Amino acid sequence: MTELQLITWILLIPVIASVGILITGKYPNLREAVSIFAGIGLFSLVAQLAAITSLENPQSLVLAEPIPGLTLSLSLEPLGLLFALVASFLWPITILYAIGYMRTHQEKNQTRFYAAFAVSIAAAMGIALSENMLTLFVFYEILTLSTYPLVTHAGNEKSRKAGRVYLGLLMGTSVGFLLLAMIWTWQLTGTLDFKHGGVFSAEADPAILGVLLVLYVIGTGKAAIMPFHRWLPAAMVAPTPVSALLHAVAVVKAGVFTILKVSVYLFGIDTIAGLAVADWLAGLAGLTILLASLIAMTKDNLKTRLAYSTISQLSYIIMGAMLGVTAGIIGGGMHIAMHAFGKITLFFCAGAIMVAAHKTKVSELDGLGRRMPFTMLAFLIGSLSIVGLPPFGGTWSKWMLIQGTMDNGIWLFTMVLLISSLLNIAYLVVIPVRAFFKPENNSNAASPTAINEAPLASLLAISIAVTGCILLFFWSEPIYQLLGGIF
Amino acid sequence: MSFMDHLPILVVIIPLLTAPLCVLLNRPILAWFVSILSALISFFIAIQLVFQVNELGTISYWLGGWEPPWGIEYRIDLLAAYVLLIVTAIASLVMLFAKKSVEKEIPENRIAYFYAAFMLAFAGLLGIVATGDAFNVFVFLEISSLSSYALISMGKDRRALNASFTYLIMGTIGATFILIGIGSLYMMTGTLNMADLAARLPEVADTRTVRAGFAFLTVGVGLKLALFPLHLWLPNAYAYAPSVVTAFLAATATKVAVYLLIRIILGVFTLDFSLQLMPLDTLLVTLGLIGIISASLVAVYQGDIKRMFAYSSVAQIGYMVLGIGLATTTGLTASILHLFNHALMKGALFIALGAIAFRIGSTSIKDFSGLGKRMPWTMAAIVAGGLSLIGIPPTVGFISKWYLVLAALELELWPIALLILVGSILAVIYIWRLVEAAYFGKPNPYQYVQEAPLSMLLPLWILVIANFYFGIQTDFSIGLASSAASELSGVGR
Repeated sequence: MTELQLITWILLIPVIASVGILITGKYPNLREAVSIFAGIGLFSLVAQLAAITSLENPQSLVLAEPIPGLTLSLSLEPLGLLFALVASFLWPITILYAIGYMRTHQEKNQTRFYAAFAVSIAAAMGIALSENMLTLFVFYEILTLSTYPLVTHAGNEKSRKAGRVYLGLLMGTSVGFLLLAMIWTWQLTGTLDFKHGGVFSAEADPAILGVLLVLYVIGTGKAAIMPFHRWLPAAMVAPTPVSALLHAVAVVKAGVFTILKVSVYLFGIDTIAGLAVADWLAGLAGLTILLASLIAMTKDNLKTRLAYSTISQLSYIIMGAMLGVTAGIIGGGMHIAMHAFGKITLFFCAGAIMVAAHKTKVSELDGLGRRMPFTMLAFLIGSLSIVGLPPFGGTWSKWMLIQGTMDNGIWLFTMVLLISSLLNIAYLVVIPVRAFFKPENNSNAASPTAINEAPLASLLAISIAVTGCILLFFWSEPIYQLLGGIF
Repeated sequence: MSFMDHLPILVVIIPLLTAPLCVLLNRPILAWFVSILSALISFFIAIQLVFQVNELGTISYWLGGWEPPWGIEYRIDLLAAYVLLIVTAIASLVMLFAKKSVEKEIPENRIAYFYAAFMLAFAGLLGIVATGDAFNVFVFLEISSLSSYALISMGKDRRALNASFTYLIMGTIGATFILIGIGSLYMMTGTLNMADLAARLPEVADTRTVRAGFAFLTVGVGLKLALFPLHLWLPNAYAYAPSVVTAFLAATATKVAVYLLIRIILGVFTLDFSLQLMPLDTLLVTLGLIGIISASLVAVYQGDIKRMFAYSSVAQIGYMVLGIGLATTTGLTASILHLFNHALMKGALFIALGAIAFRIGSTSIKDFSGLGKRMPWTMAAIVAGGLSLIGIPPTVGFISKWYLVLAALELELWPIALLILVGSILAVIYIWRLVEAAYFGKPNPYQYVQEAPLSMLLPLWILVIANFYFGIQTDFSIGLASSAASELSGVGR
């Protein structure tokens, strides 16, 4: 297949899959088979696209031209390729996990669940392949809307409230700020294309550029920078597979991906480096990193704690984008992949614990290592990768980000990253450690502790994600090379 | 002269003659049939007119062969052709939907009269658009208004009578103002032909009579337009009118009034006079913005969904007026685009509400509980129409918002740009109340509710698809709107 055909199919496969899921809804096994095969097919297409495309000279696929001179069009570039690879690889794995989880948990409306899931993936692919800001915005909004039924899946009062926060914040920020920034950019430059070195002319007023940058960063609500982060903990009412893929990978990474794209291709890192406001935004990201970590320590609900950890990790990438140095961008880009594998492992484990041991609180997990040794081991590896210890993937992205803060020269940012690593240990690594070394507290000690793990499909998914965490340590070179191609 | 040359008058005359025909036939089914037929014929004529104007430029049709300015002239320029197209298209779709809805909501012995009044209102609106004569505008305005009062009063709820009466009072004041305005212009220039007026007015522009006439005209049209704060008649009128009437008036009547406003301040008077000599731009921008924010806020608190969307219409009129007030080509393009786009979204939304009223006999938010499961297609259409109202891409609403915000930014009025978007966020809130009620609420177990019949779903979904189609494929709408806007704002002149 040619490059353009591949791009078309990458967008179409998840859409077709969602229709297929709706049609086969009465036969759960067939329905899940559709999801899995679509996922595998999608990843192989993205991989094929990665293999044949020359990133120096990408072709573009024009879908429509809704505003004269401004198209909806798709093409491939390094950051987008990385995002597409990560999201499409983790989709079938999450489905595998979801089969175990959703059935054991006896969730209702599973057909709607899998169908909306597929549409969300299509939107994520669209975001990854967007050639300009308008296209990105269109898919960004589709992603918000298609994940709404997933967040409110339970259909009770709690999920309705959460859905309100979710939609209100994501749509409010994107319509109020991001759209404004976009139209303003269009008015100033007459283009919204992602270009090397940015679209603004050298004479552009720095004050206006500063305002625009702020609008872009806070307008991208999916990146969850404080004070616009509340939707992410709220979204944790969703079934765990949703939290795992969408609220640790696809949706939130779409947010930080948008910020990376904006800083590299609309502003250009040289412009960012020259803007004083970028340092302030990096500072806000630093504040988010620390505050979210501190809040995470106080949360006893495991998924909420992971959500705050995600907020903190996302701001690593925002900080990387705002540093205005190459290492920051590369580090931020790598962190998209590294954090994705680490955090999805953690969410998979949290779901496994919920299904097998019916526990949702951190304080209840003492001694669980004996009942669920595999899950807890995976949790340990995932959290170590997020802390940034070798031999796990997270090492490299954190390394690059720290190097970025040093190149930027504000030592305070370096300190933030180092302190944050320590905080990670305090609120993440401590969980598996206590699970292994502390005795069970509500001990009905008479009964011998039998091994009681999650369903096999879920365990399989966890093991793939863990393997990813480890392999990325040794295979980080291709990612580095790929992202180096931006400059 | 061949048949094709008479199109500008035929588009008005055919519905006008259908009205007495409905009364003569006096059978519900026959009256409906001739009405939909005449709506469709006018629709095809309007398509033909768009082509003719696009090819040959403005059409000037002399009624009875009398040369203007002595005789009455019908003048179809790009904007007029475009508005005719909108009105006739919506009328055809509404007629398709009307059959079942009218059978349910109107007593059988009055159905033929209902269609007669409907055709009169339709013809009146088309006449306002097509004519080039100021007094003719007044006549057609009264034809459409008087028949609208009758139509609204046929609502099932007895409060419809009250709503209709309020509208009658306000509408008559508006019409009188317009008449006084036209009269004073006639006094100063001795002509009623709008093109002729435009040529003669500059000489006498600096007199108190002309300025007073201008003020009377704009206030009068403002009343018809439901421009904030002259909108008080609208929410009740829309809420209590029969579903068919609400769908038709919401999608067309306000659009024609906006058209008339553009015609008067840019066609009869000049941009310099209306916006520089008289401070109309500041006035329109301010009132438009207050209208957007206040009406959207009020909409959030409405218990009746029909009334909620009526307030939303007041807000949307604010967007259109705001675009005119910005007084740039982009602003005008935004207004004209929104004229078209808003007709598509409100047409869809009010038809959907009509379908719901048809099935459950109410449009109160309480009764929406669980409708997402019971009437999936209708509710999906409301969600889609709502997204368009909010301005989410790829819908038509997004395109209008884009141009409007762009127009504000071009003038470096960024607080206005921000307020426009705040209006969108308020729309998210009131649309989502509805979504939550329909999809999270429990259906009433004692009530059996079915999906709406196909004759309602068909026009509904045609409009929904149009909302998306014209949001992606915008060559037609943006092309027409921007060339009409540059024609009006005198770039060519």
